[in-house]
Amino acid sequence: MINLKDLMPLIEATNHTPALDPAEVDIKGGYVCDMLSDVMGSAKTGQAWITIMRHLNVIAVASMTGIPTVIFAKGITPDANVIDKATEESIVLLSSPFETFKLAGIVYKALSS
Amino acid sequence: MNEFWHIEPRFEAAVKGYFAQPPQAEVELEFPVPEKDFNTAGNGASETKNLLKRLGVDSDTLRRIAVAAYEAEINVAAHSKGGIMKCLIYDDLIHIRFQDEGPGIADIDQAMIPGYSTADELVREMGFGAGLGLPNIKKNSDALHILSSANNPTTVELLIFF
Repeated sequence: MINLKDLMPLIEATNHTPALDPAEVDIKGGYVCDMLSDVMGSAKTGQAWITIMRHLNVIAVASMTGIPTVIFAKGITPDANVIDKATEESIVLLSSPFETFKLAGIVYKALSS
Repeated sequence: MNEFWHIEPRFEAAVKGYFAQPPQAEVELEFPVPEKDFNTAGNGASETKNLLKRLGVDSDTLRRIAVAAYEAEINVAAHSKGGIMKCLIYDDLIHIRFQDEGPGIADIDQAMIPGYSTADELVREMGFGAGLGLPNIKKNSDALHILSSANNPTTVELLIFF
């Protein structure tokens, strides 16, 4: 487990949901996928979800699945309506400049140490 | 019409008893699911989840209900001309029924195979269409009943016990 606040500098994260405090989120694991049904079928509650999908359904899937944070790879930035919905659902949205492979590797290493 | 049933063995008696004589629900909710509207799809799952959370249903059960309902809403939006999601809530279970306006599922057994999908490009762009919707609904439900055939409406109903 790692606190999201401690993970953020490692992935050079930008927080798009400043109304939410990353220090209140503990990450229990990670899931990497861009197919929403696969995330709902296999991701676990408390995992960070790494994706390049950035439309509104991502927030719905995270909410239904119990995912506390979505990390967008490649510096992808969500639109304002997505950010508003995420804030309403208490899901922290982060962007990292790294590509998915490197990003997942950093998160994996941080969780393993 | 073709029919598909899946009942978790430990709930077999309860499920059959329920459908033999459905009791009066404590709470009834109804949500429209318009065709190809992937923003409205999910409202039913979200509102139902929030209500059940206030009623004290545990988080794992909430997650199963939310995922099954959301997948079914996406199916109605993606594959039908639109439909209705209806929730019947009792002390110990939820019964959710999705009724659409067709055009129906030609081969339900094939639709249940993980990875099989007839989703169009729009649905895939939205991140759906992996062929996992019905398998996810089955996985998260204690009972699943599907009634459909080509050129007919589809009924998908599921029970989840608290």
